[in-house]
Amino acid sequence: MRGKFDNTKPIYLQILQRLCRQLVRGEIKTGQKLPSIREMALHMGVNPNTIQRVYNELEQMEIAETRRGLGSYVTENEERLSRLREDLKREQICRFVKDMRESGFNPGEIIEGVDNELKIQASKEAKGV
Amino acid sequence: MSEHIVDFCNVSKKYLNQYAINDISFGLAPGKITALVGPNGSGKSTILKLAAGLIRPSSGSVTVNGRTACRRIAAEVAFLSEKDVLYPFFTVDETIKFNAGLFADFDLQKAGEILHFMGLEKNKKVRHLSKGNLGRLKITLALSRRAPLILMDEPLAGLDPLARDVIIKSMISHIDLGSQTVLLSTHEVSEVEPVLDMVICIYYGRIKGIEDVEKVREEYGLSLLDWMKKISVN
Repeated sequence: MRGKFDNTKPIYLQILQRLCRQLVRGEIKTGQKLPSIREMALHMGVNPNTIQRVYNELEQMEIAETRRGLGSYVTENEERLSRLREDLKREQICRFVKDMRESGFNPGEIIEGVDNELKIQASKEAKGV
Repeated sequence: MSEHIVDFCNVSKKYLNQYAINDISFGLAPGKITALVGPNGSGKSTILKLAAGLIRPSSGSVTVNGRTACRRIAAEVAFLSEKDVLYPFFTVDETIKFNAGLFADFDLQKAGEILHFMGLEKNKKVRHLSKGNLGRLKITLALSRRAPLILMDEPLAGLDPLARDVIIKSMISHIDLGSQTVLLSTHEVSEVEPVLDMVICIYYGRIKGIEDVEKVREEYGLSLLDWMKKISVN
């Protein structure tokens, strides 16, 4: 199923993260209508109450808005979405850097390692792997 | 007045001199899906039968939708029994119509939709249904009712992964949590985990824990199975 979840973490958070990533990748567009709660619940294989909670969170984050009787829509506020993109980037880098430092790598090694990895991946992509 | 749809207050049930459940109290808020989990013989079925009004408590009280649970609450409760309770000589369609005659809240149109969703053949005799299809039919009967309370005793037990998957999906799309509440028993926890709101862990006739499933993951960082193990040893 599309919804393989880590069952030691709250499901609503995992779905929230997935949707945020889809937004950042542009798979969900600004102003787009989100699936109804039931459709999304079925798609994810989870309880509709969980999706309701996700939509409430998105609304509180000002990323989505509920239009009475019409459903939930992604905000058209580009500034908010680019802020989401920045937040997501920082959050992941922050976690990565913390991990690396705890494993005993210094900043120079981290930057060099990331740089190398990016080159390796770019050459793989170029070869069409 | 309680806002709970189901209320157990100091309920015990004795069979001869053995306690099936012992001094249990809990309430279910409406609009949620709750699972009763615990090992075989821990009292899950007894709790469901008490909530369905099929048996009476030895002591304590069981209230459903504001009324004391008894045979007459059958009109407000859809009960999916673990046992096979269908007539083998009926076809699928006849079984549906028979149930529509039994319960005023039975929604024939919805039953048709669910049958289609499940891929069940209308003209097949119940006697000729596979175990998986029998499970599908029983779920169809329970979900076709607009009853405020749906009780399901081991709806997934003994079914193949495909049947379990379609049953869980049909629960997501056909239960109206705006007006319905579900209490089900299972020992296949990981399968139903994503569709649950609440979990009640029973261990030898006593409640070991009642918890919001997201809270189990959020605050303890545990899967339901690990949580059950942890509280069962205490």
